[in-house]
Amino acid sequence: MQFSSYDTQAFYDEMFESDGRPRPHARLLLETVESLSDGQLLRYKQAAERMLLQMGITFNVYGDTAGTERIFPFDLIPRIVPSGEWDRIERGLKQRVHALNAFIDDIYHEQKILKDRVIPSDVILSAVSYRKQCQGLDPPWRVWCHVTGTDLVRDRDGQYYVLEDNLRVPSGVSYVLENREVLKHIFPAVFEGLSVRPVQEYPSRLLEMLESIAPRPHHDPRVVLLTPGIHNSAYFEHSYLAQQMGVQLVEGRDLTVDGRGVFMRTTKGLERVDVIYRRIDDDFLDPQAFREDSMLGVSGLMAAYQAGRVALANAPGNGVADDKVVYAYVPDMIRYYEDADPILPNVPTYLCWKDSDRSYVLEHLEQLVVKSANESGGYGMLVGPHSTREQREEFAVKIEANPRNYIAQPTLGLSRVPTIVGDHFEGRHVDLRPYVLCGKEIYVAPGGLTRVAMKKGSLVVNSSQGGGSKDTWVLDPPAQGGQQQ
Amino acid sequence: MTLMPASQPLLSRVADAVYWMARYIERAENVARFIGVNQNLMLDLPGGFSDQWQPIVDTTGDRAAFLDHYRTGTKDNVVHFLAFDAENPNSIRSCVLAARENARSVRETISSEMWEQINSLYLLLAAESLKLVPEQLPQFCHQVRMACHLFQGITEVTLSHGEAWNFIRLGSMLERADKTTRILDVKYFILLPSVADVGTPYDDIQWAAVLKSVSGFEMYRKRHGRIAPERIVEFLLLDADFPRAVRHCVGLADQSLHAITGTRPGTYSCAAERRAGLLRSELDYAQADAIIKAGLHEFFDALEAKMNIIDECIRGDFFAQPALTPAAAG
Repeated sequence: MQFSSYDTQAFYDEMFESDGRPRPHARLLLETVESLSDGQLLRYKQAAERMLLQMGITFNVYGDTAGTERIFPFDLIPRIVPSGEWDRIERGLKQRVHALNAFIDDIYHEQKILKDRVIPSDVILSAVSYRKQCQGLDPPWRVWCHVTGTDLVRDRDGQYYVLEDNLRVPSGVSYVLENREVLKHIFPAVFEGLSVRPVQEYPSRLLEMLESIAPRPHHDPRVVLLTPGIHNSAYFEHSYLAQQMGVQLVEGRDLTVDGRGVFMRTTKGLERVDVIYRRIDDDFLDPQAFREDSMLGVSGLMAAYQAGRVALANAPGNGVADDKVVYAYVPDMIRYYEDADPILPNVPTYLCWKDSDRSYVLEHLEQLVVKSANESGGYGMLVGPHSTREQREEFAVKIEANPRNYIAQPTLGLSRVPTIVGDHFEGRHVDLRPYVLCGKEIYVAPGGLTRVAMKKGSLVVNSSQGGGSKDTWVLDPPAQGGQQQ
Repeated sequence: MTLMPASQPLLSRVADAVYWMARYIERAENVARFIGVNQNLMLDLPGGFSDQWQPIVDTTGDRAAFLDHYRTGTKDNVVHFLAFDAENPNSIRSCVLAARENARSVRETISSEMWEQINSLYLLLAAESLKLVPEQLPQFCHQVRMACHLFQGITEVTLSHGEAWNFIRLGSMLERADKTTRILDVKYFILLPSVADVGTPYDDIQWAAVLKSVSGFEMYRKRHGRIAPERIVEFLLLDADFPRAVRHCVGLADQSLHAITGTRPGTYSCAAERRAGLLRSELDYAQADAIIKAGLHEFFDALEAKMNIIDECIRGDFFAQPALTPAAAG
């Protein structure tokens, strides 16, 4: 397969300049792909799909009862991030996550940022993800966002923007690790001559971070990963991370709480648990503290957490900074807490609770993307240019009824990467979700998950909406002088 | 001084799941073998005998369920029922599905290789069971059996021989002992009355088929040589070394129980250990002639009842959720 007929159209392409010349960092990769014999790439593609199926790397689709498991489509052409670009992303993410932690800690303590009127109080205190139960809590290192999966996008100008912070229970990192394994197995030649930064360090870093937040001084803290169970759409990831870290994967029913702490039920009786990497939303974590009808959580868990008998990652209550209205203030937070300008800008955001913004939004629905403040997975969203008149009217009603719950952003022309479509390449829109671990220090895993909107023209990359993924390469800088090894 | 970290305790839910995963794989392998051997036997028998498919339904203990859904014990009915019927909880397909669901819920505990093998067996079944019966029956049975053996081999060499492994072995051994008991029970009484056939080629063929049903023909030959019903009973019940002999299986199950609890062999710390120990010593010191004289069928019935009790005790001792008060503040 050749790239000769490939058309970047008017979008920023990650591989080609606008005049069709390959970008320098992509040249070798493109040559390798073009040197394959006829049909070879498609055979690799089938082999990769077989491998994913065989490995059972599948996700569950909610509300789909028959054949609930699907493979997450994987495209063989990697997305490359050159080292200079990556450095800036890494610095930007560290700055942002640092500021977000400072913000959450401030909100649950003195609320200086509100008192200084940098952010209006009612925006924060009206966020549904603000948890008064967390007021006054001091998690170790004052860290509230232990694992973050920030969504970055590039617009037509090639500039990276932060689209969402995903502080609560971000998922997808297992696909980063598995995509790399699959590509190395199926198409090893594509790595030749390049120095691609490895990704498999992540589980060790994650375990290290989790052990570091154990509440008891203890030589061997017991870490577990709490999953909602095998019917959850991210179950593969939960079991995969538990396996890679060598920790137990527990469900709510495996845990029990008493005055001394949290225990798990084993064949030899109850065993104390120190750190819970929970992959359950706040709402479902503890029926005593949050939603009473939760069957997934652990009764009494919040009380044990508040008493400092168990550590939770991510910290409950951190969703207050994940609200899409609060998101709009993150650049202000960075200026306030870090005393610096944001390295990675936000996407310009209209807040519908502001009268002037709202009337602009209502008049320009056709050009904007409207999002509700607390939904994810591509749900509760209107993509103006791709919407029907009825959909726009429906959203207008919703916005008028509950302005606090809606934001709007200009429709970005997300950057594209060549993707195998049938027997040729076409550009498909992508985003980038790097993963950030935060304990005593902040670690950004090189690369992250590149999600691809597989449907032609689509800007929605979510797996629940037909998105796929690509391996993401961060290249090491070219060796200084001398020969490359 | 730093202490060696104790091996990770096993969640009760996980122990339960790996035990059943192993039982279902063993069960699927047995059912595939029964079908394959029967098919082979039918081709050797003269016309009048050649439609004996019903007895293997009896072997798996599902006679009533079969008769509820099928009018006659034709080959196609029986093969569909045993291989693919989703309503038969003991069909190969149901067993593989159940084994995979259990494996999926403990994917972090078992090795990736084990998961991949169980998953590829599942994919084989998913593709085959689109048809009413397997297109190439002998190949299908062989594939399933080899896939199950491969899973067991992978388990042996990729999973640490700790608590989870012992629960797996416990499950496989109890399932295997149960299946050997059942096939012997059913076949012995079908074959024994045909006194007229004694010494005919068909008698030999039929007994050879019983041995093949438990992959025991070659090993029996090495041990006892000539085909003789009472020696076959001795071999399949009481042999210490043959991997499908009931005594051998119960012995290993007992070993695994002791490895799990850490109790000294010959003693017990829970009901499951006591029951397994009783059965083990009974088989260790039993004599085939005496069993046959006292009534083989009664012996089989009692044996199955004892194994069921062991299974119930395992559930009570290890899988049931312990009471809410921690045994020790850890």
